[in-house]
Amino acid sequence: MWTEVFPAFFLDPRSSLLNPMISLSHVFKRYPGGRQALNDIGFTIETGELAFITGHSGAGKSTLLKLLVGIERPTSGSIIVNGQNVGTLQARAVPFLRRKFGLIFQDHKLLFDRSAFGNVALPLEISGYGAKDGARRVRAALDKVGLLKYEKAMPITLSGGEQQRLCIARAIVHRPAILLADEPTGNLDADYATEIGELFRSFNQVGVTVIVATHDQALLTQLKPRVIALRNGALAEAA
Amino acid sequence: MKTWLAQHGRCFGTTFVKLARTPLGSVFNIIVIGIALSLPVGLYVVIDNLQAASGQLSAEPQISAYMALDASRAETAQIENRLKQSPRVQRFRLVPRDQALQELKQSSGLADVIDSLPQNPLPDAFVISAKNNTPQALEALRDEIAQWPRVVHAQLDAAWARRLDATLRFGRLVVLILGGLLALALVAVTFNTIRLQVLTQRDEVEVIKLIGATDAFIRRPFLYYGALQGAAGGIVAWLIVSGGIWVVNHNLGELSHVYASLFQLKQLTPGDAGALLLLPLALGWFGAWLSVGRHLSLIEP
Repeated sequence: MWTEVFPAFFLDPRSSLLNPMISLSHVFKRYPGGRQALNDIGFTIETGELAFITGHSGAGKSTLLKLLVGIERPTSGSIIVNGQNVGTLQARAVPFLRRKFGLIFQDHKLLFDRSAFGNVALPLEISGYGAKDGARRVRAALDKVGLLKYEKAMPITLSGGEQQRLCIARAIVHRPAILLADEPTGNLDADYATEIGELFRSFNQVGVTVIVATHDQALLTQLKPRVIALRNGALAEAA
Repeated sequence: MKTWLAQHGRCFGTTFVKLARTPLGSVFNIIVIGIALSLPVGLYVVIDNLQAASGQLSAEPQISAYMALDASRAETAQIENRLKQSPRVQRFRLVPRDQALQELKQSSGLADVIDSLPQNPLPDAFVISAKNNTPQALEALRDEIAQWPRVVHAQLDAAWARRLDATLRFGRLVVLILGGLLALALVAVTFNTIRLQVLTQRDEVEVIKLIGATDAFIRRPFLYYGALQGAAGGIVAWLIVSGGIWVVNHNLGELSHVYASLFQLKQLTPGDAGALLLLPLALGWFGAWLSVGRHLSLIEP
């Protein structure tokens, strides 16, 4: 079932195991006003890796994620995602960079004026999928996170854990090469958090590169990922 | 191409749903646009019809020349001869004073009053058409005839027609200015509507930007909304003007019956109706484009 949802990754000629999926070198980020958010960051995440970015709030986790998807630009240094230099990307190319990611947010960012199905279908609509093929994919994604029976429900009627899983379904429906989660378990009970952790593990097992920014210790002991720790905008240790 | 069409089709559908979901607000906006558009269009119809009517009334300007009241038959015949020989006169018609009195009696219903007059107050008159109908040539001819012996007065009948023509031309200018201003108003109304929409859908815009929507994709529903609203306003304007013409014609029926002349306002042609649909559509699109470009750039995730 799950390999059926993700063959695009294996077919993408650029995602070879020889090339790193993400590679940062000497990345600095200073916000207007002078605050130094990131200080000489450099690391590589291989294709198919499961990596956690940890650190206290203010350590630079959010800034790092924003740089990866082109919300912010680095002050200097290079960020290569899947062979593309994000730092020098033209504004009109940014949407296409973002389609390589599946984004999972702490606050879900669901649209409350449409059903669960409509939310998950959004990335496919954006990239111009046919309605028929799209519907099949949407149901596969909903099934993967265990929400198929709620496809007609409005997001507001779902529990916090269900909303987070709906957000995950939306992130995987277009079969991205990289799953990027920002504090995915921040608002959840331990049981729900474990469920989410298992989902990440299963995605990673079929070859998706999974990057999670979190300070959830339980999730760390559950998944035993590679850890990239940040402290005050610099790398604390590279495991 | 197929996905492009599908995306546009879906977008058109959801825009329609969006319009229908807030019926009251949409309807009032559309009515405002419709009324604003119907003003210059209605004025245009009135002026267009008046112009057509004035064309029927005086196809060509004429000079009327009046003899002195005590001019003799011979003197009148002399002027008649001169007119025959003049190279500048196309044709002319003599209205003898007796005949003029008879006509006045018949047409005015003042027979009793006229009968009671001690003598005929009307002079012999000539109605003259010139070969050259430019205003300068006509005035020169009039001045010449006025100096002929026993001609008391010569006047150019086209003066009032020219005045009407100038007034109508002024009216057209007013229509143009009014139309321009109200087109601007349409753009402004759309601008504001779209601004509010972008702001209320801020979260949605932010999310779809985050998951990889291009600016064109985000802009599209707003552009459709503006265009659709403009076109609907155009349809309302068409209904208002057509209904107005129908009502006026209905009532003009009695009026023109009394005056024994058939004056009816013409309905808008299909070409006019098409312009009334497409122009507001384009203006609505333009207003939305301005607004969306301005306000989307303010929303960055």
